[in-house]
Amino acid sequence: MSLTEKDKAAVKALWAKIAKSADAVGADALSRMLLVYPQTKTYFSHWPEMKTGGESVKKHGKKVMGGVALAVSKIDNLTAGLLELSELHAFQLRVDPANFKLLAHCIQVVIANMFPNEFTPEAHVALDKFLGNVALGLSEKYR
Amino acid sequence: MVTWTDFERATIQDIFSKIDYDVVGSAALSRCLIVYPWTQRYFGSFGNLYNAAAISSNPRVAAHGRVVLGGLEKALQNMDDIKQAFADLSVLHSEKLQVDPDNFKLLADCLTIVVASQLGKSFTPEVHAAFAKFLAVVVAALRKQYH
Repeated sequence: MSLTEKDKAAVKALWAKIAKSADAVGADALSRMLLVYPQTKTYFSHWPEMKTGGESVKKHGKKVMGGVALAVSKIDNLTAGLLELSELHAFQLRVDPANFKLLAHCIQVVIANMFPNEFTPEAHVALDKFLGNVALGLSEKYR
Repeated sequence: MVTWTDFERATIQDIFSKIDYDVVGSAALSRCLIVYPWTQRYFGSFGNLYNAAAISSNPRVAAHGRVVLGGLEKALQNMDDIKQAFADLSVLHSEKLQVDPDNFKLLADCLTIVVASQLGKSFTPEVHAAFAKFLAVVVAALRKQYH
């Protein structure tokens, strides 16, 4: 389900509106993922604490949204643009790709929650496609 | 056997007392048909589903969204045995409507997103988790009678 020009425009427009809250979105989305899908906690056993809104979640949420920002900037070729991140996830982090969908859903819940007027059905479908393609880009080097 | 904490029971009751069933039902079903267009396969008789605007203003979609929320309310009233309460609904979806049960999760995700957009700050991660658990139980109950 590749991105049309309309999808790319919608994603960029939405990102422009939420970018300055990206860190907060990331932290909130991660907190929700860890609570709603507790199996995802298994990837963070090395964290000193896992509190909603705690330092670990804030720091990591910022990192994740940095990746999303990168993906938006490389939206015309996500596979190439996410190559390094894919290698990181494939060889070091080894996150099961099924989890990308879970975080993507939580990101969308947070955006709907914080930006209800901007997250129209049209923006929703474009972002859902985009995050799906980001997940594909991240899984590229897995095998 | 699903066990609910006091927090979960209270939270889910609270969510349903706050949401407008017509608004949420219509918005969630519309989003499902727009974001996951293959779900339109089940609504061939609904008329114009040609684009997002048509779907969002389609009166049959709105009416059916209300039916779905009615089903969720039934689950709310039978929280201690949703599986039993939904046995007939599960048979209906499996044998008469022949809905691929993977679609239930798609609608559940859209419901979560719509409720998140309606409840603002009160839709905390803990509230979200309780609602997600409720929907997961409903989805499992709807899948139960498929064979």
